[in-house]
Amino acid sequence: MDGESMPEASAWNAERAGEIIAEHAGLEGPMLPILHGLQEEFGCVSDAAVRLIAEALNLTRAEVHGVVTFYHDFRREPCGPHVLQLCRAEACQSMGSEDLAAAVLAKLGVGWHGTTRDGELTVEPVYCLGLCATSPSALLDGEPLGRLNLDKITEALEEARAA
Amino acid sequence: MTLIFVPKDAAALAVGANKVAARIAAEARVRALPVEIVRTGSRGMFFLEPLIEVETAHGRVGYGPVSASDIASLFDAGLLTGGAHALRIGKPEDHPFLSGQTRLTFARCGIVDPLSLADYAAYDGWKGLARAIVIGPSAIVAEVAKSGLRGRGGAGFPTGIKWKTVADTQADRRYVACNADEGDSGTFADRMIMEGDPFALIEGMTICGIGVGATKGYVYCRSEYPHAGKTFSEALRIAREAGYLGPNIQGSGFTFELELRMGAGAYICGEETSMLESLEGKRGIVRAKPPLPAHKGLFARPTVVNNVLSLVAVPTVLDRGADFYAGFGFGRSRGTMPIQIAGNVRYGGLYETAFGLTLGEIVDSIGGGTSSGRPVRAVQCGGPLGAYFPRSLFHTPYDYEAFSACDGLVGHWRPRRFRRYRRHGPDGAVRDGILRDRKLRQVHPLPDRRDPRCRGHRSRARGRETGGEYRAPGRPLQYDEIRVTLRARGVRALSRDERGSPL
Repeated sequence: MDGESMPEASAWNAERAGEIIAEHAGLEGPMLPILHGLQEEFGCVSDAAVRLIAEALNLTRAEVHGVVTFYHDFRREPCGPHVLQLCRAEACQSMGSEDLAAAVLAKLGVGWHGTTRDGELTVEPVYCLGLCATSPSALLDGEPLGRLNLDKITEALEEARAA
Repeated sequence: MTLIFVPKDAAALAVGANKVAARIAAEARVRALPVEIVRTGSRGMFFLEPLIEVETAHGRVGYGPVSASDIASLFDAGLLTGGAHALRIGKPEDHPFLSGQTRLTFARCGIVDPLSLADYAAYDGWKGLARAIVIGPSAIVAEVAKSGLRGRGGAGFPTGIKWKTVADTQADRRYVACNADEGDSGTFADRMIMEGDPFALIEGMTICGIGVGATKGYVYCRSEYPHAGKTFSEALRIAREAGYLGPNIQGSGFTFELELRMGAGAYICGEETSMLESLEGKRGIVRAKPPLPAHKGLFARPTVVNNVLSLVAVPTVLDRGADFYAGFGFGRSRGTMPIQIAGNVRYGGLYETAFGLTLGEIVDSIGGGTSSGRPVRAVQCGGPLGAYFPRSLFHTPYDYEAFSACDGLVGHWRPRRFRRYRRHGPDGAVRDGILRDRKLRQVHPLPDRRDPRCRGHRSRARGRETGGEYRAPGRPLQYDEIRVTLRARGVRALSRDERGSPL
């Protein structure tokens, strides 16, 4: 994820993808900005997108694939409209984030990287959000949450679903 | 019109600062009170967040931690005139957590509107750049070298020497790359600067660009910091429009352009060479050094790679002078260090002070022990790559050398503690793994590779005899052999401390 609060991703459109690529192609080292741009628009970086990028940047598809798969943020398939990123790094661990995460996952009935059965919410692990002095912390649709407990997360999730 | 300051630092937002701001606006409207809400960065007292401040005739008065439900009672207590309330902390500067600090790098953070050029200029902004333009490139580098500033990312390499190396390397163009991939848990100072005082980073990088003759800079920010990215890119736009970036900066004839790049969730990209790979649009894989980035960095051009905190210290060095900055500190660690205290701690936050406090003072006096009330058993210093310091080491002074001697870290990132190894023992057993440090080696003693029963001993012996010129076909050079080769060619072998120095 980009961490941006995510508007509904649009369906694949080669023309629009071409525009996004052309927009960034003039940069030095345009690969990551292009990938971020495509993911923001379409919710993922599909094989079709990889093919277009390879063509535009004069690279092999394998090279583009290598970059896409190296970075955790880039998805090959779209996720739920809401994303909860729970921090699992050391500072949050010292405030009990592992137990909290286990409780949240159990409550939602998903594992890490999983999407709830209604397809509404994807839960991702994240390693440090820089909110270490207000831990345990999380990002919900790109908005930070701190000093978390199960009640606070539940409340925030309900708010997000209602919105 | 009364000014009320509400932080919009991500950590404050995480504990409800937006709701607080909205409630203040609503409450003021209902009561028909003239109030203007200014969104600032954070003061770094996260245990008091959301910490709101009101401008009164006697200076700013703080209240915290405030939740939206407290707002009505705050207004009843006379919030706008600094009235008494259970949450009132008085003047923030007089709070014990702030009053003991020496804020040079974070002087403006939490006080100013991060995107207001007027605020920035009113609090000594752009003064360092103005002086830099007057004294010119070589004097800039000399000033930074004289200040004793060392890399705040963890390795502590002298910034002035790094800059000089880049400036002295012949090239058609040079780059400045700012490492804002602050991936280690417990660190948040880079984020606070980018959200709370972004112009300071722009100013520091511009000074660096002028100093080393670079015309283009990149800030590589991690994607886990969406708010820092948003604020910083907005700051870039404002600075560009005001002529602080681009061609002919403030009529000086110098050109410097700055671009923000977002990472994509790869922790390794906090290592400088993999960050450069990532900026080039490749997989973030660590490069072998040499060549050093200062010689051959981004797009194979000489590149200054500095941490956010190193670059943000630069405007102060230029504005107040190298001697002023070097006047703070301890031993070879000069200036101030923004210490980040987090985790299970009572008073978590950012504490900027001159080097030389002991770890015990930081943990017990400033941090106030644990938030759960249990005794402190150990403290992790320098993120996951640092070390755990037990109580018995709490007398250690906070400076680069003393922490390093205990395998700890000031700042974060020190990949040099890790060495991958595969050894074939005389018993035929193969050991694979990552060598953490000397201590680990004692726990798992490795076979002596000169032992004739060890695989590969013959070619290694031959390598030693021929001064490192021989190696079995297809076998990559081992570190020891590289050292031998260098020595054979008259290059001084690097000592343990210099090895992996991130120049």
